[in-house]
Amino acid sequence: MVFQDIMIQMINVNKWYGNFHALKDINLTVHKGERVVICGSSGSGKSTLIRCINRLEEAQEGRIIVDGTELTRNLKNTEKIRSEVGMVFQSFNLFPHLTILQNLTFAPIWARRTPRAEAEKIAMRHLERVRIPEQADKFPGQLSGGQQQRVAIARALCMNPKIMLFDEPTSALDPEMIKEVLDVMVELANEGITMVCVTHEMGFARTVANRVIFMDSGEIVEENNPHEFFNNPRWDRTQQFLSQIL
Amino acid sequence: MSFSPPWSGTNLPVFEPQPSRPAPRQTVGMIGWLRSNLFNGWFNSLLTLIALGFLWRIVPHLLSWAIFDAVWTGGPNACPPGYQGACWIFIFDKFRVLMLGLYPGDYLWRPILAGGIFFALAAVTVFHLLNPKKLIALWFLLTLPVYWLIAGGLGLTAVDQSLWGGLMLSLGLATIGVLISLPLGILLALGRRSNFAVIRAICVGVIELIRGVPLITILFMASVMMPLFLPVGLNINNLLRVQIGIILFSAAYMAEVVRGGLQAIPLEQYDAAKSLGLNYWKTSALIVLPQALRHVMPSLIGRCIALFKDTSLVIIVGLLDFLGMVKASAQDPEWLGHDAEAYVFCALVFWIICFTMSRYGHSLEHQKKEE
Repeated sequence: MVFQDIMIQMINVNKWYGNFHALKDINLTVHKGERVVICGSSGSGKSTLIRCINRLEEAQEGRIIVDGTELTRNLKNTEKIRSEVGMVFQSFNLFPHLTILQNLTFAPIWARRTPRAEAEKIAMRHLERVRIPEQADKFPGQLSGGQQQRVAIARALCMNPKIMLFDEPTSALDPEMIKEVLDVMVELANEGITMVCVTHEMGFARTVANRVIFMDSGEIVEENNPHEFFNNPRWDRTQQFLSQIL
Repeated sequence: MSFSPPWSGTNLPVFEPQPSRPAPRQTVGMIGWLRSNLFNGWFNSLLTLIALGFLWRIVPHLLSWAIFDAVWTGGPNACPPGYQGACWIFIFDKFRVLMLGLYPGDYLWRPILAGGIFFALAAVTVFHLLNPKKLIALWFLLTLPVYWLIAGGLGLTAVDQSLWGGLMLSLGLATIGVLISLPLGILLALGRRSNFAVIRAICVGVIELIRGVPLITILFMASVMMPLFLPVGLNINNLLRVQIGIILFSAAYMAEVVRGGLQAIPLEQYDAAKSLGLNYWKTSALIVLPQALRHVMPSLIGRCIALFKDTSLVIIVGLLDFLGMVKASAQDPEWLGHDAEAYVFCALVFWIICFTMSRYGHSLEHQKKEE
């Protein structure tokens, strides 16, 4: 498969938390329609990397260009990029005081001034897509973890994003619920949206990813297509990691 | 995938749940309540008996003073000195002054109409007859006609502020105080958590400065010292200065209550809102504050009650609020010796208003739980 347009470009990105060097010389290019899985042990910088893409974290050095726009301190710019990059979090982060439907229509109405009726129509379409339209009028606290995470995916999709970022979307879920969330993500992947996904679900990486990236101590150790990555790791650190989780 | 367990196809006995029996009589109903609340254990039973003993001694005296031996009709001579019952005709005689101060008799309909609007709105609030957005808007909007009715101007004869007083003044100071100090407190709380060091420093400074000073001092400063600092020609009347003092004092405390609520909101909520492209103000106003204010609703209601009671301190800068009028009435030479009735009535009115606010706070919490 050949990819043309560049969606995300990170050039020599460095990030520190105080004196802790969290990201070291990250260079990463993601093309339109590509599905990238980032893995690595905890504290390796995967979440920090993915959170830099929509500037939830600010890198001190290097450049990050998303869909042709460079991320800078310019707030309006950042807000526009964020509205075009959907993000799904480990802990769902739904708004507990709003109903499911209100959670979904909130950003389209307030960040994009979509008329309410239209926003609700779009929201219901996405709720059907993640297979929980009957929960529209409940509050997040009344839903199971798997259902909440599917709502979170639908909420991101309501902004019609060009890129979807997933930050360990299944790590906080009970084993039976992981599958229902992964199924939704596989469907999304098959529709051709650009995806960057931090996950430990190696089965998902194998079947869905175009490219797997392995990180350790803030660096990209190696990246390869899933077949090569799982069968012929090039570094001992990668092999060690794979033998732990497979 | 088909999975057939080894026991499939065999006939097993059918499980029948046994019928439910009623609970033992001693644990439910009136007897159950008494046993679990008043007489569970010898210590609690003892306390209950002691409390009953006290009530036995006090309540009959209180009832005979306040009701059975009380004087309800007649003139000032109906209660001779040394009479053992309450002299409520004194309260009836002073009722107008206690409620409205020295407001001129020709225009009485104006504060009465204003009071009607106020209590109607209070009832609408307490019984949850309007959704919160409309309710808040209405409170702010109706302030203007109420103020116009009392103050006059624009076609109505102006009534000087030195003539305002009584419960009307107390409620006015408290209502305007809450309506302005709550938004101000929210802004101070947000400012205290701002990313901008200058804004943060200003907010911390204002909050800590005001919280470090007693309300009486602030009222004195507002009444006596503020005129010295104001530029020549700018003349703010005493009542407005006192109102500003009350607002600032209350805002500092409201700010700290709200800040407590803001701290309870996980940072992930900000992440989620940011990742959807929402800006700071929309995130704060629509995502963070609604959650934070619900967390601190009991304390906020507590602050409102405290603010209402604090307004009775304005007496020290020469304003005759409800308590001030009670004091002044008790010293009327025509009605000497009726302090007890005056203060009991004063306490009763304060209690009814504060208890109503407290119950309203409770009902708000219950609404929140139902969600």
